[in-house]
Order: sequence, then structure tokens, then C-alpha cells
Amino acid sequence: MTSTPEPAGTPAAAAGQPLVHLGRVNKHFGALHVLQNIDLDVAKGEVVVVIGPSGSGKSTLCRAINRLETIDDGVIELDGKPLPAEGKALAKLRSDVGMVFQSFNLFAHKSILENVTLGPIKVRGLKKKQAVAEAMELLERVGVATQADKMPAQLSGGQQQRVAIARALAMRPKVILFDEPTSALDPEMVNEVLDVMVSLAKEGMTMIVVTHEMGFARKAADRVVFMADGQIVEESDPESFFTNPQSDRARDFLGKILTH
Amino acid sequence: MNLFEQVGFLFSSYNIPAAFWVNIQLTFWAAIGALVLGTALGVMRVSPVPSLRWLGTSYVTIFRNTPLTVIMLFGVLGVWSQLKITFSQDFTVNFFIYAVVGLGLYHAAFVCEAVRSGINTVPLGQAEAARAIGLPFIPAARLVLLPQAFRGAVAPLGNVLIALIKNSTVAAAASVATETSSVMRAMIDQNGNLVVLIFMIFAVGYVILVVPVGVLTTSLSRKLAVSR
Ligand SMILES: Nc1ncnc2c1ncn2[C@@H]1O[C@H](COP(=O)(O)OP(=O)(O)O)[C@@H](O)[C@H]1O
Ligand SMILES: [Mg+2]
Repeated sequence: MTSTPEPAGTPAAAAGQPLVHLGRVNKHFGALHVLQNIDLDVAKGEVVVVIGPSGSGKSTLCRAINRLETIDDGVIELDGKPLPAEGKALAKLRSDVGMVFQSFNLFAHKSILENVTLGPIKVRGLKKKQAVAEAMELLERVGVATQADKMPAQLSGGQQQRVAIARALAMRPKVILFDEPTSALDPEMVNEVLDVMVSLAKEGMTMIVVTHEMGFARKAADRVVFMADGQIVEESDPESFFTNPQSDRARDFLGKILTH
Repeated sequence: MNLFEQVGFLFSSYNIPAAFWVNIQLTFWAAIGALVLGTALGVMRVSPVPSLRWLGTSYVTIFRNTPLTVIMLFGVLGVWSQLKITFSQDFTVNFFIYAVVGLGLYHAAFVCEAVRSGINTVPLGQAEAARAIGLPFIPAARLVLLPQAFRGAVAPLGNVLIALIKNSTVAAAASVATETSSVMRAMIDQNGNLVVLIFMIFAVGYVILVVPVGVLTTSLSRKLAVSR
């Protein structure tokens, strides 16, 4: 799939090297060119907000980074190593890259606690006791520890999404991808989820966040990346992006989301 | 003879419960085989590997569309007479095993479809979330997909089990002479004047066997349903 083979033994995490690197990434869905020559570097501890109109390829970009989607050409590297194609190495990669979905996707047949312990037990190989202890700590941190024995359907959307964040954190990922984590929530629940994300950002977690929440971008993002039609059109710090966008596309887009 | 005496005569001359017991045993072993094979086939049909999907689809197409009697006869005439493959020196045991294998192979195709319909009740996001925490395909299927799929498949699986109980009488075609339909035929041959009563006995017997299965799977399917 990757046209340029990587030199063997690339040293991982060399100084100044980005944690996530995308180089000239292309992806098609049939005739649709969803990702067009995407170049993106994310440093360790950096929080990048990806913003752009619906259908511009933001979800596909996230999904490509933990290889839920394959790419047609270009390179994606995590910690200096290209994404593995399959097998154990791919499973390991996926546990290094956390993912939080718009629709939460908690395991519907498992309790809140089991949702968080499943990965640590089955993928990281922790003993159950240790996994439970870690999970309870994480659930405490996102404020849903009292719900540990309930089933996902018994929780509100905001609570479910916070559990989903705890589930991702339980894998001790190097980076977490958030794909519109608050878009499916009732307005009064948006902030409880954003607060958790802001505190994660402050603690130094590397995050790639697809969101239209400008408040979050201003508070927590180091950089805003604006995507349209499968391309990165513009990127800058949040303040200059929101107050002084350079491209017509971005101005147009911001005009639309700012009017309500 | 009045009705009670007739019934008494039939039950004392023929071991009818033993005949039903043979069908229950046939059903039991065939159900286990069909469940294991059918689940594997169902997983193959949703797996990311095209050749496995093809294999699963071909199996279902072949076995679902072949009459059970043909499969059972093939066991005796093809596998035993022609190919000389035997499982046991004991004829009775040997034919019993052919019948179990035939029933299992045939019903696995229906189990596969039931499991697949169960898998279709599981939203795509569940499998993606499982992959996203680093579970490879098989553990993701075992821990996330199948437990939810089975809960969604209880009712159709119950229907397969009911069909299997009734179809176990086709074991007669695999020369299992002790099961209900063979015993019933012998009884009719020897007691032509009691045909209606004999039919009634076996019909009632099967109703008693099958109705609880339907009731149980219906209530189980309600109880186990995953709320989303
Ligand atoms: N699995 C798929 N098959 C075909 N087209 C897809 C698929 N997933 C997404 N697309 C299309 O790719 C484009 C980008 O989608 P997406 O990455 O979800 O955009 P965004 O998240 O920015 O709204 C859209 O036009 C969408 O319809
Ligand atoms: Mg999207």
C-alpha cells in the first residue's frame, strides 16, 4: 500500500520528532478523493483541533490514523514507525492510539466497569484486580465512578461519552483521537465532556480533536487545522484562526457556524 | 379394548419413551455440532477475509438447499457403503453417528443464518470500538460481537432447534431404527386398527417436546435483549 518503503530501524521518539506524522496521504472512496495529499505533524503533548465542513474528510483522517481505514498512498507514522498493516503489531498500534467516537460506542452488553477493563485485561494483559483498580481511578477522574455497575443504556449521553474517554485512557494511549465527541449530545451535556477533555489536554495528553466547539479550541488547542474537500486548507493557532482566517473557505465556514 | 386399554397396550408393547429418548439424544448432539459449526460459519461470513466469506456462503447455499433426506441417505449409502468410513464397529452406534453428523451439517447452515441475523442487530460501531482498543478480529468477535449477536439470535436459534427436534425423525433414513418415526411405522405395520391413536400419541409427544422450547426461547430472547 505504502509506495515508499521506510528505512529499517528508524529510531523511535528521536528528539524533535513528531509523535504522529502524516506525509502526502491520499485516500479514495471510489471516485471520491477524500484525503488529498495530507501532510500533518503532531508533536508529543500537542492538542490539534480539526475543523471543517461536513464531508470534508475529518472522520476519515482520524480513522486512517488508527487504521480503521486503509490509505491508498503516503505514509502515516506513529512515534517514527509506519503503521503496521495487520496482525499483532496492528492491534498494538490501535491500543497506542485511543479513539473516542461521536456515538460513544460503549459495549452495550457490558457494565460501565467492564467497558473500561476489557482492553486492559485482554490486550494489555493486566490481572483483573489491577485492571479494576485502574478503571475505578479513571472513572473517578471522569466523574462517573458511582455508575460503575450500571449498563451503558442506563447512563446519559454525557456520562457515556465520559466513560468512553476513560475506556480509551485505560489503554494508556500515546495519542487520543476524538471524532466530534460532543455532536451527539444534548446541549446541557456538552460541557461536562469538554471539561474532561480540557483537563486531559492540560495534563499533557496528545490529542487530535475533530470538533466545532470554539470554546474548547480556544481553551485547549495549540493549533487549529481547517479542512475542506479532503485538503488541509489552513492551519494556525486558535486565536488567529478564529479572528483572522486567511482563506475564503475558512471565512465562509466560520461565518456559517458563528451566526448561531 | 377401550381407549385407555389401547393406550396401555401400545405403551406396554412398545418402548415409546425410549424412542423419544433416541430423538432427544440425536437432537442434543446434532444441536451442539450445528451450533459450533454454524457459529464458525457465521463469523466466516462477516470476516474481513474474502475466501472465508466465500467458503461460508458456499456451505450455506449447498446445505440449505439440499433435502435433509438426501444428506442422511448419503451418510448411509455414500459414506458407509461406498467410501467405507465407519465411526464404530457397533452398527447401531455407527448409524447414530451418521445421523448426528448429517443433522448437524444440515442445521449448521440454518444456525449460520440465525447467527448472521443476530450479528446484523449489532451496530457497526461496536466492532469498531473493539478494534480501536486493540482487539484483533477473533477476540473482538468472541468478546463483543458474538455475545450481542447471540442475544439477538435467540429467537431464530430457537426456531432452528425446533426444526431440528422434528427433523431428527429423518434419522430413519440413516437407518436409526430405534427413533420415533421408525418405531411408529413398526407399530402401524403391526396394529393397523390403531393407526389414528398411534399418530395421536406421537403428535402429542412432539408437541410436549417442542412447545416448551418455543416458550423458553421467546422469554429468553426478551430477557437477554441488549438495550441500546
Ligand atoms: N465508507 C465509506 N464509503 C464511501 N464513502 C465514504 C465512506 N466514508 C465516508 N465517505 C465519504 O467520504 C467523505 C468524507 O467523509 P468523512 O471523513 O466522514 O467527512 P467528515 O467527517 O469531515 O464529515 C464524505 O463525502 C463521505 O460521504
Ligand atoms: Mg465526521
